[in-house]
Amino acid sequence: MTTPFLSVRDLTVDFHTEDGVVHAVDGLSFDVEKGTTLGIVGESGSGKSVTNLAILGLHNPAHSRITGEITLDGDELVRAPKSQLERLRGNKVAMIFQDPLTSLSPYHSVGRQIGETFRKHTGASRKEARDRAVEMLRRVGIPHAQTRVDDYPHQFSGGMRQRVMIAMALVCDPDLLIADEPTTALDVTVQAQIIDLLKDLQQQFGTAIILITHDLGVVAGAAHEVLVMYAGRAVERGTVREVLGSPRHPYTWGLLSSMPRLHAPVDVPLVPVRGTPPSLINVPPGCPFHPRCDFQALAGPDMCRGERPELSPHRGHGDACYLTPAQKQDIFIEQIKEHL
Amino acid sequence: MYRFLIRRILGAVVILLIISAVTFFLFFAIPRDPARLACGKLCTPESLEIVRHNMGIDEPVFLQYWHWLTAIFTGRDFTYGHCDAPCLGYSFVNQEPIFNAIVDRFPTTLSLTIGAAVVFLFFGVGAGMVAAARQGRALDKIASSASLLGASMQIYFVGVLATWILVDQTQILQRPTYHDFTANPVAWASGLLLPWLVLSIIFTANYTRMTRSSMVEQLSEDYVRTARAKGMSTRTVFLRFAWRGSMGPIVTIFGVDLGVLLGGAIITEQTFSLHGIGELSIKAVENQDLPMLLGVVLVSATAIVLFNIVVDAVYAFIDPRVRLN
Repeated sequence: MTTPFLSVRDLTVDFHTEDGVVHAVDGLSFDVEKGTTLGIVGESGSGKSVTNLAILGLHNPAHSRITGEITLDGDELVRAPKSQLERLRGNKVAMIFQDPLTSLSPYHSVGRQIGETFRKHTGASRKEARDRAVEMLRRVGIPHAQTRVDDYPHQFSGGMRQRVMIAMALVCDPDLLIADEPTTALDVTVQAQIIDLLKDLQQQFGTAIILITHDLGVVAGAAHEVLVMYAGRAVERGTVREVLGSPRHPYTWGLLSSMPRLHAPVDVPLVPVRGTPPSLINVPPGCPFHPRCDFQALAGPDMCRGERPELSPHRGHGDACYLTPAQKQDIFIEQIKEHL
Repeated sequence: MYRFLIRRILGAVVILLIISAVTFFLFFAIPRDPARLACGKLCTPESLEIVRHNMGIDEPVFLQYWHWLTAIFTGRDFTYGHCDAPCLGYSFVNQEPIFNAIVDRFPTTLSLTIGAAVVFLFFGVGAGMVAAARQGRALDKIASSASLLGASMQIYFVGVLATWILVDQTQILQRPTYHDFTANPVAWASGLLLPWLVLSIIFTANYTRMTRSSMVEQLSEDYVRTARAKGMSTRTVFLRFAWRGSMGPIVTIFGVDLGVLLGGAIITEQTFSLHGIGELSIKAVENQDLPMLLGVVLVSATAIVLFNIVVDAVYAFIDPRVRLN
């Protein structure tokens, strides 16, 4: 068994606030291999973004406490010094954010923003950095890259801005690209273009991608593996076919049921997941999903509010739920699948 | 850019016209006769008429305003003699040409403003940046408390206290006087050092608070996070990104402050007995000296309007999203 390219083990991220300690991520483990895409899905506040900011060490150490292990290509990152993380960011690991308008500096031309990343990590001259920026803009499909390199972000459309963001993230040929809701702020046709672009670039350069989204359609189209997060924990993990085709966790069922279907009759209402996401300051004991779960009675008395279920098995298609495999299969086939 | 400047300068001229007209008509709304004041104790109705004629206030107000306005461009003949363009008239009190009085006093005000601005910009912005960089830690708390204290100071209090300690008791600084900069820069600077420091205390405090809050706000912006995510060092993130975003509001306030100060730092000039525009304006009001009043109002208004245009132009350089046309 070889070590995975990125391995996250027992990651915990706590934030200290005036109201108490927020347990944003609680004992999360996952792996990402080179050339593959891991989709991380879950509601807002489930810890998706927090996890990925932790990989880059972008949390303010004054307010947060991070434990566990993050190993990238053999290097431990949680306890890594600031200078090592600075060399890593934008170079070996790059990140794309949700809203390309606010995430790009309004005060600098796109060429400069792309070029400065390149210069920082390669020591290239201004001229080389500019040439590289033009090349990157061309690679992500921006027409007239030669002249547009001097334009500012506000002069680009939303989709083009996200392309600029991607060009900036890929300028140093990173091994790992973290895309935090890269398509959420874009309209549907542009979303598809951006996803295709990411897939093309992955095929060309073998980049590992972590794709954070709450759009299961994006996951189905772009990811190889899926991690479903709830209240800072992984509740289900597997390949796209496994998790979306034969989901095992009640929360995953809920997510799938709440998705609109193109071929469903228009008068069938969408079924949202009952209740609201839990407070991360007072996470429910046991399985954090149990207050919203319709099937907790089946698992046996007080099972779900007692001990926290672990994600099992450790490899392959796993889920954190006390229902027996037979129960899960029956419920899915009899009660869930027909509504999908 | 040129179209912007031309449009704004034309607009400024209109504003100045309105301000001068309002000042003019407000002055005559006061039920006191400046001619009476100038005429003196032994005033007869006949001599009062002559005085009134000499002062040029025997004509209808609209005509007076028109004469005052045209004199700026063409000059004007008075009983005391001809006044060359740009003519702002003669003082009611001592028959001094207004334009000369202002030209005479302006360097003092200008020197006071420039020196103080350098001091408060340097220390205010500097302390604000340090406080933002050390958010929540000791230096931040010291800077924040000091700026709160500074902002609640009064110039006449600090000025008198500082003069007593630094000049009278210890002789560390010179007694404030104005020397011509071109004649002797060292004397100029040492003579104004105390007023600069005292005048800038309140401004430094305000700039510290403004810079700090602006920087803190920018540091939580998405694009600053992006800069960190692409490996930029803390220093680069701070100076190239967050500071760039913080400059806008600071430049805006700085422009307004410069304009106001150039109209005369009245309290500071009084505290240190400096003879600048501020002193002129107080005397003009005291003596109901209409031409002088119009002159100083025009100077202050011009300074404020001018710096507003400069701020807008600078803004376009800072933020490429702002287009001037």
